[in-house]
Amino acid sequence: MDSAGIESPPLFENVEINNGNENIAEEDLFVSAQQFPDSSTPLEQNSEPNNKVPLDITTLCLNEENTLETIPINSDALDINNSERMEIESGDQFIDISITESQKIGEGMSAYMAYKVTTKTNMQIFKNREFSALRRFSDFLGLHDKLTDKYLKIGRIIPPAPEKNVLGMTKIKMSNQHENGGGNGNEFVERRRASLERYLNRTAQHPVLVVDPDFREFLESETELPKATNTSALSGAGVMRLFNKVGETVNKITYKMDETDPWFEDKLIHIESLEAQLRKLHTNVENMVIYRRELANLTNGVSRSAAMLSACEDHNSLSKALSLLADTEEKVEALHLEQANTDFFILCEMLKDYLGLISAVRDAFHERTKLFQHWHHAQQMLAKKREVKTKFELACRNDKLDQAATEVLEWEAKVERGQENFDKISKMIKMEMERFEKCRIKDFKAMFIKYLENHLEHQAQLVKYWETFLPAAETIA
Amino acid sequence: MTDKQLSEEGNNVPLTDNSLLVDISDALSEKDKVKFTVHTRTTMKVFQKSEFLVVRQHEEFIWLHDRYEEQQKYAGYIIPPPPPRPNFDASREKLQRLGEGEGTMTKEEFTKMKQELEAEYLATFKKTVAMHEVFLTRLASHSVFRDDSHLHVFLEYDQDLCARPKGKLQQLGGLVKSLGTTTDQYYLNATVRDVNDFFEQQMSSLTEYYNQLKEATTRTDKMTEKHKELADGFIKISGSLLPLANVDPGPLDKHLAKMADTFEKIRKLESRVACDQDLKLADTLRYYMRDSQAARALLVRRLKCLANYENANRTLEKARHRNKDIHAAETAQSAACEQFEAISAQAKEELLDFKTRRLHAFRKSLIELAELEIKHARTQQDQLKKSLTYLKELS
Repeated sequence: MDSAGIESPPLFENVEINNGNENIAEEDLFVSAQQFPDSSTPLEQNSEPNNKVPLDITTLCLNEENTLETIPINSDALDINNSERMEIESGDQFIDISITESQKIGEGMSAYMAYKVTTKTNMQIFKNREFSALRRFSDFLGLHDKLTDKYLKIGRIIPPAPEKNVLGMTKIKMSNQHENGGGNGNEFVERRRASLERYLNRTAQHPVLVVDPDFREFLESETELPKATNTSALSGAGVMRLFNKVGETVNKITYKMDETDPWFEDKLIHIESLEAQLRKLHTNVENMVIYRRELANLTNGVSRSAAMLSACEDHNSLSKALSLLADTEEKVEALHLEQANTDFFILCEMLKDYLGLISAVRDAFHERTKLFQHWHHAQQMLAKKREVKTKFELACRNDKLDQAATEVLEWEAKVERGQENFDKISKMIKMEMERFEKCRIKDFKAMFIKYLENHLEHQAQLVKYWETFLPAAETIA
Repeated sequence: MTDKQLSEEGNNVPLTDNSLLVDISDALSEKDKVKFTVHTRTTMKVFQKSEFLVVRQHEEFIWLHDRYEEQQKYAGYIIPPPPPRPNFDASREKLQRLGEGEGTMTKEEFTKMKQELEAEYLATFKKTVAMHEVFLTRLASHSVFRDDSHLHVFLEYDQDLCARPKGKLQQLGGLVKSLGTTTDQYYLNATVRDVNDFFEQQMSSLTEYYNQLKEATTRTDKMTEKHKELADGFIKISGSLLPLANVDPGPLDKHLAKMADTFEKIRKLESRVACDQDLKLADTLRYYMRDSQAARALLVRRLKCLANYENANRTLEKARHRNKDIHAAETAQSAACEQFEAISAQAKEELLDFKTRRLHAFRKSLIELAELEIKHARTQQDQLKKSLTYLKELS
C-alpha cells in the first residue's frame, strides 16, 4: 500500500467534506484521525497533536500488554457517531458497487480471476462519481484482513469476505476458457462474483468502513494493489493465522467471563439461537436448490422423451401435440432452473451471508471478552503490587518503596484504562449491534419480498406456457 | 397396513338389455396381497343372478388374462393388458426410512412427512385398484371378450380359482414366458418374410413406439418423484422458519411466520402438481406402453400364423411331389390360409381401434394435464400475491 497510500491525499478530501456537508463533519474528524497513521509510520504518528486518542489499530502488536495500553477507542467519536451513523445510510448519499466483469488472467496454476469493480457514488470523499478498478480475489481477502485488523479490536462488526474455494478455483484455472465475459456460463465464477459484490456493498453500507482509506483505495486506485501475502492458505502468515485462530478458539471455549451487563447476556443468547435456526434453514434451502436443479434435469428428460414419441407417433395431431409438449416441458425446465437460481441467490446466499455476519458479531463479542480479561488481569496485578508495596512499607524498606509505589501507580492507570477500554467496546458493540439489527431486518424483509415476487413471476410464466399448450391438446382428433 | 376403498359408481348406471357392468367395489390390503371385491351387475342370461360379489386376488386377474391369450379364437384381437402387480414396496421403504430419520426432525415435520407418505400410499393403492378395474371393464364391454366362459367363471364363481401357487417360481415362469415371446418375435421376424408391408411397418413402428413409451414413462416417473421430493423439502423449510420466528421476536417474527405459512401452502400445491402429473401424464404413458405391448403380441401371433401357413404350403408341395396325402395337406393348407387371412383382417381393424383409443386417451389426459397445471399455477400465484400484500403492508 506504500505508494498508493501516499498518493491519495486524504486531508484535502476531508476538508471538502467539512465544507460541503455539515452533517458528517464529526464523522469526518473521526476519519481523518485514522488517516494519519496510515500514510506513513504509524507509531510515531501516535503522538500527533490530534487532540484525540489516535485511532490507528494497525499499530497494535500482538503483545498483550501493549495492546492494552494502545487500545484506540475514541469515546468522543462514539457519542457523535451514534446519531450521525444512521443518517448516512438514509440520507442523500449513496454508494453502489457492482462487479460487472470477471476475466481470467494468466494460465495454469498461476492463473487468477480478476473482477472489475465499478462504483457509483455521490459521496464527496471519493474523487469521482463513477470509477472502476480491477481486483483479484486475494485483494478482497486482503481488504477484509486490513479492515479486521483495524476495527475488530474496537468492537466493530466487519462483514466477512467470501470463503476461499480452492477446488472451484482450480477448475477455473484448468479450464481453457480464456475470456469469460460477464461471468456467464460459469456457475462458480458467477457465484463468486455475486458474493464479492454483496460483500463490498455490505462494507460500503457501514458509515465508518466506507470512508476507510484502505477501502477507498481498493475501490478507487487504478494501480494494482500490492499482493496480499498472508491470505494464501499455505503461506507462513496463513499458518500463523491458523495458530492464532486455534488459540483464540481455545480461549473462547475455556474462558468464561462473568457477565455484568444483562444486555450482552440476552444478545448472546439471541444471537446463538438465531445462528442455530438460520443454519438449519440454510441447509434446508440448500437442499431445495439441489432438488430443484435435479427436477429441472429430469424435466429435460421428459421433454426429450416427448420429442422422441412425437417422432414415432404416426397420427398427425397427436404427434404435433406431443412435440408441443416437448417444447412446453423444455420451457418448464428452464423455469425450474430460474427458480433454483432465485432460491439460491436470493434465499440461500443471503442466509449464508448472515451466518457469516453472525460469526463476525461473535468475533466482536469475543474482543470484548478479551478486554474484560485484560482489565481483570490488570486488577489482579494492581492488587499484587499494592500488597508488595504494603509489605515494603511495613518492613520499612524505603529503598524499594519508591519503585513499588510507581508500579502501583502504573497499574492503577492500567486498570483505569482497562475499564475505560472495556466500557468503550461495550458501548461500541451496542451501537454496532443496533446497526446490524436494523440492517438485518431490512435485508430480511427485502429478501422475502424479492423472493416471493420472483416466485410469482415464474408461476405466471408457467400459466402462460401451459396455456399455449392447451389448444394443441384440444385439437388432437 | 390395511386399507379399504369403496366406489359406488357401479350402482347408479341403469341396466339395459344384455348388459354386463363390472366394478371393484372394495379392496383390502393385507401384508403382501390385495383382495379385490369384484362387483357385477348384469342382465345376461348366462349368469344365475343379476348381481353378485366375488373376492379376487391379483394372480386371478393374471390367470384370466392368460386364458384369453392362449385361446386361438382371440388371436386376432388385442387382449387388454393385464394389470400390474400391486407394489407398495416403495411406500413401505420410504416409511421405514422416515422412521429411521425420526430423531433428526421435529415432531411437526415428522407428522407432516408421515401424512404425506400415507397419502402417497393411499394413492398407489387406489391406482392399483383402478388398473384392475379397467382390465375387467375393458373385457366386459368388449363385444367378443364378454362372452368368454372364463370371464363368467371369474366373475361368478365364489371360490378360489386355484390360480395361486404364486411363489418365486411362478414369477420366474412369467419371466421365462416373456423372454419366450420376445425371442419368438425376433425369430419370426428373421425367418418369416411378411407378405404385407402394412404389418411389417406396423410391427417395427409399434416396437419403436413401445420402447419410446417405456422410456417416457420411466422419465416421467422420475420427474414426478423428484417433484414430490421437492414438495416434501418445503416441509423442512417452513419447519425451520417457524422456530426462527420464535427465537427472533420483534419486527421480523410476523414476516417469518408468514413465510413459513407461504411455504406450507406452496408445498401442498406443488405436491398436487406432482400428483396430477403422475395421474395424467405418467399413467397414460404407462397404460399405452402396456397396450402397445398387447398390440405387438397380436402382431406376433399373426406372424406365427403366417409361419404355420408357410409350413402348410411346404407340406402341401412335398405331398404333391410325393403324390401322397395330398388331400389332407390341402385341407390343412387352406385352413391355415383361412386362419391367416382372418387374423390379418381382424388385426388391421384392431390396430385402427388401438389408434383411436390411444388418441382419445391422450387427448383427454393432455387436456386435463394442461388444465390442472394452469389451475395449480394460478392458485399458487394468488397465494403468493396474498402473501406479498401482507408482507408489504407489514413493512
